[in-house]
Amino acid sequence: MNTDTHAANADDHHHEGGHAHGTFSSYVLGFVLSVVLTAIPFWLVMSGALPSKQITALVIMAFAVVQIVVHMIYFLHMNTTSENGWSMMALIFTIVMVVIALSGSLWVMSHLNSNMMPMHQMSGMK
Amino acid sequence: MTVAVNPSQTGEPVFYLADEHPHPEGWSTSLGFWIYLMSDCLIFAILFATFGVLGGNYAAGPAPKDLFDLNLVAVNTSMLLLSSITYGFAMLTMQQNKIAQTQVWLAITGLFGLAFIGIELTEFAHMIHEGATPQRSAFLSAFFTLVGTHGLHVSCGLIWLVTLMVQVQKFGLIEANRRRLMCLSMFWHFLDVVWIGVFTFVYLLGVLR
Repeated sequence: MNTDTHAANADDHHHEGGHAHGTFSSYVLGFVLSVVLTAIPFWLVMSGALPSKQITALVIMAFAVVQIVVHMIYFLHMNTTSENGWSMMALIFTIVMVVIALSGSLWVMSHLNSNMMPMHQMSGMK
Repeated sequence: MTVAVNPSQTGEPVFYLADEHPHPEGWSTSLGFWIYLMSDCLIFAILFATFGVLGGNYAAGPAPKDLFDLNLVAVNTSMLLLSSITYGFAMLTMQQNKIAQTQVWLAITGLFGLAFIGIELTEFAHMIHEGATPQRSAFLSAFFTLVGTHGLHVSCGLIWLVTLMVQVQKFGLIEANRRRLMCLSMFWHFLDVVWIGVFTFVYLLGVLR
């Protein structure tokens, strides 16, 4: 390996890496957005404004997802270029793992619940 | 740096890299810390999954509706949100090299964090006083484990915050302290992200159930 190209590579990733910083307006915007995104779900549940519980549940979960994205962008300063994209790769990997763990657990356990016969019904079967 | 080995065997010297090129101190810290946060995220994911599975098993004990006071949770959530923005201001003043102002914002962040922990412990004490202990039902075990783990993280963050304030007081905003404040910033905002999941899935959906 040629030492010159190596030095050039090393130079590249010291300057491109590092972490993005926020500005005053981006922090305030993130804060205002997250206050709104927190207040609406609390209000929906406490006032019972929506007619059905299922719809309310779906709406507040959607608000949570949006608020998580807002926090990621405005407070954690996530973008596709920080650390040469490695932090985004780690995040995507984590999201995949979280989705598998959560949906897998809930799915398997709910099937287990509905397929296992309760003891009192079993004793009635002869 | 390259080093020649075994020049005698083949006649041709073989070169290999004896050393990584030098890195400035702490160049990989923020990526490494981010990866730690992601692994922490997996811990919380498992606790959320456990709560999702066991959250409806009350064992004829109290249900979320009987236990949770959403007004209190809303106040608690606002404490954590406010501490997030004040930490953001601490980072901004740090970038402008204003030590005194950075310390003031860090102290305010710490007070909001302390208020959050105080309210959470009051809530726990109230629940336990009413007999809703972690031993009462699977729902309560999962609840105390998940919310307690989050509270433990915030408490560790508070200890870390005080440590860094002492560091900044002693050594000023040197490069190492800036890096540490950056890591705590990520940790603190990450805990706020986890709390979004907690208040949505545990408290709001619990009361809705």
